[in-house]
Amino acid sequence: MNVLVYLVPLALGLGLAGLFGFLWALRSGQYSDVDGAALRILSDDDVENKS
Amino acid sequence: MAGSATDLSLYARPDDDGRLSMDLAVEGVTCGACIGRIEGAVKQLPGIAEARLNYTNRRLHVVWSDGAVEPSRIVEALEASGYHGHPFVPLRAEEEEAAEARRLTRCLGVAGFAAMNIMLLSVSVWSGNASDMTSETRDFFHWASALIALPAAAYAGRPFFQSAWRALKARTTNMDVPISIGVVLALAMSLVETAHHAREAYFDSAIMLLFFLLTGRALEHAMRRRTRAVAGNLAALKADTANRFAGDEIVTVPVAALRAGDKLLVKSGERVPADGIIASGRSEVDQSLITGETARRRIAPGDAVYAGSLNYDGAMTLTVTAAAGASLIDEIETLLEKAASAKTRAMRLADRASRIYAPVVHATAALTCIGWLVAGASWHDAIVTAIAVLIITCPCALALAIPAVQVVASGALFRANVILNAGDAIERLAEADTIIFDKTGTLTLPEPRVVNPEHVDPELLQMAARLALSTRHPLANAVAREAVTRVPYDGAVEEPGRGVRAVIDGIEARAGSAEFCGAPQLATLPGLSYIYFVHGARTAAIGVTQSLRPDAVETVARLRALGLDLRILSGDRPEAVRPVAAALGIDKWGAALKPGDKIGLIEDLRRQGRKVLMVGDGLNDAPSLAAAHVSLSPISAADLTQAQADAVFLGERLAPVLEAVVVARRARALMSQNLWLAVIYNAVAVPVAIAGMVTPLIAALAMSGSSLLVTLNALRARRGGTA
Repeated sequence: MNVLVYLVPLALGLGLAGLFGFLWALRSGQYSDVDGAALRILSDDDVENKS
Repeated sequence: MAGSATDLSLYARPDDDGRLSMDLAVEGVTCGACIGRIEGAVKQLPGIAEARLNYTNRRLHVVWSDGAVEPSRIVEALEASGYHGHPFVPLRAEEEEAAEARRLTRCLGVAGFAAMNIMLLSVSVWSGNASDMTSETRDFFHWASALIALPAAAYAGRPFFQSAWRALKARTTNMDVPISIGVVLALAMSLVETAHHAREAYFDSAIMLLFFLLTGRALEHAMRRRTRAVAGNLAALKADTANRFAGDEIVTVPVAALRAGDKLLVKSGERVPADGIIASGRSEVDQSLITGETARRRIAPGDAVYAGSLNYDGAMTLTVTAAAGASLIDEIETLLEKAASAKTRAMRLADRASRIYAPVVHATAALTCIGWLVAGASWHDAIVTAIAVLIITCPCALALAIPAVQVVASGALFRANVILNAGDAIERLAEADTIIFDKTGTLTLPEPRVVNPEHVDPELLQMAARLALSTRHPLANAVAREAVTRVPYDGAVEEPGRGVRAVIDGIEARAGSAEFCGAPQLATLPGLSYIYFVHGARTAAIGVTQSLRPDAVETVARLRALGLDLRILSGDRPEAVRPVAAALGIDKWGAALKPGDKIGLIEDLRRQGRKVLMVGDGLNDAPSLAAAHVSLSPISAADLTQAQADAVFLGERLAPVLEAVVVARRARALMSQNLWLAVIYNAVAVPVAIAGMVTPLIAALAMSGSSLLVTLNALRARRGGTA
């Protein structure tokens, strides 16, 4: 059962990473326009800019 | 726009980097391609640093470097690509709500993270307890759970703890007090149990509780925020501009920028943008938006006019006065204050439920503790059982039961073109048993329509309609609406206050007053006016009046079929109200009523125990809307009136009133169903808890099961259409 000593903290660490990812996404406004984000991916104006 | 500059600097706000930003509500956004088109159009202007369209709430945020571009150019660029942009200043309340929503989502994220990880550990403990887990391993898992649960609860529980503390300081109690007590006790007990190497701890229950409660809270907030954002957009769409004299030049400015003493030009067919005194010009104004009266009033220099009056005949100049100068507005504001303070706030279903809830739960827990002590159990066991009762009765399902239905129902109303101003309006709408309609602008369309198209030679009607396109006179607008090909005639000349003339097929044609057209004057009925048309020897008289909303008869019949008592109370003359009441088959009507009279009648109905739904649009209706149990108003209503209404409906049809009642009644039924589900859940779970048989596993299953059930039931409010 010694394996638990580092597996449990590891699991917690992964969870925390997910939580910080969520908080970062929230802070950077990723949830302020959920409908728009679904549509923006379809626009290819970034491709035109390169040419 | 050509010829006059528009000054929108009022809306530009400086940010920290010395740049300016502006928010616009954009009309005409229909699909994903609009995002690129709108942002592209604005970004082509010089000096634009950022242009981002929020597709969810149809708002465009533009940032530019100061002096690089005039704000009005942004609106023009949008106009050129086929969209209407309406600049606005975001309300403080809206920004505060956005911050609150972010806080709740952060708390929800933390609680979700903690609940999942603790559950991971708890499932191991439960299965370990059933097999061969050593007590050291179990303690390790419990301490790890405590390590996650305590900071997470301290963070994610703040919305509840703070609200409970505020309530206690004010020596009252609310739903958050029992919630906070339950969570804190469950955590404290688990900590003590863990320290004593016990087999069971309730960390998972406490955090899951917070997670479900936060979900309910976040849902409720999301609904409030969505309706607030839509209402903000509508206000921006309605924000009118005024033509202000700057010296001899005329500058178009937003109405919000007007100050007392400004001189304004009001052209024919425009609404008066602010209260004022006529400085020069003579005209007739239609004050139906203010008083409900459809007869027009003649005005001359020195007369006072109210904002919202429609100018019919000639251009006039106006000196803006402070709103306090107008006696009618004063009267209405006094009535409004009285009505608002007299209104007994209807107690919300959730409040009623929570008022019963807290004492019952705490008494049950106390009795459980005493009962076990009397039965000879140890202090430790009695307290643990009592706390288990508190945990199992914690109102997850109760807290989700109503917000979940509200969110789903407000979405259904939104699709039916009804926008809620108040969150608890759904419950009050469902209770309404009497509907009082205002006539002008509510049962009838806000703009007049042609009444006798079938009595006019179609060829003449088309000619008259195309000729009428060349003027902005409100009666002529009604005629112009009949035009099939919307092309005005070349060389049409308007003679202000008299009519329009043009040469059609080599013969002079005139549309306007009888005298202008040389036609015999027909007798006009109240509310009915004639536009005369002459083309050579042929003449026509086109009747124009306020006509009923297209589906008014059908909607009224269906409302009556729902068992509602319908009435009309109007500020207009009896001769104008009678035919409308007759057409709709409503026999209880009152006419020539002042705002005070309407309130009096509503008060009488309330004393008889009726719940009145008031539907009105005029400024004169604002106090009645505030006094009624619940109120609706069309989007064309006066601003002050709309602010009083619990919900606003869009479009030309009256059907949204019916939809609102139907959806609200269904939602109300689901809310009480959900509350009963919560009661049944408690009726089953509480005896088990009192018997001391609730393990953390049972608590987790019961709580998440009942919350899911209630949420799924709420989704049934989605079904649109009329029942």
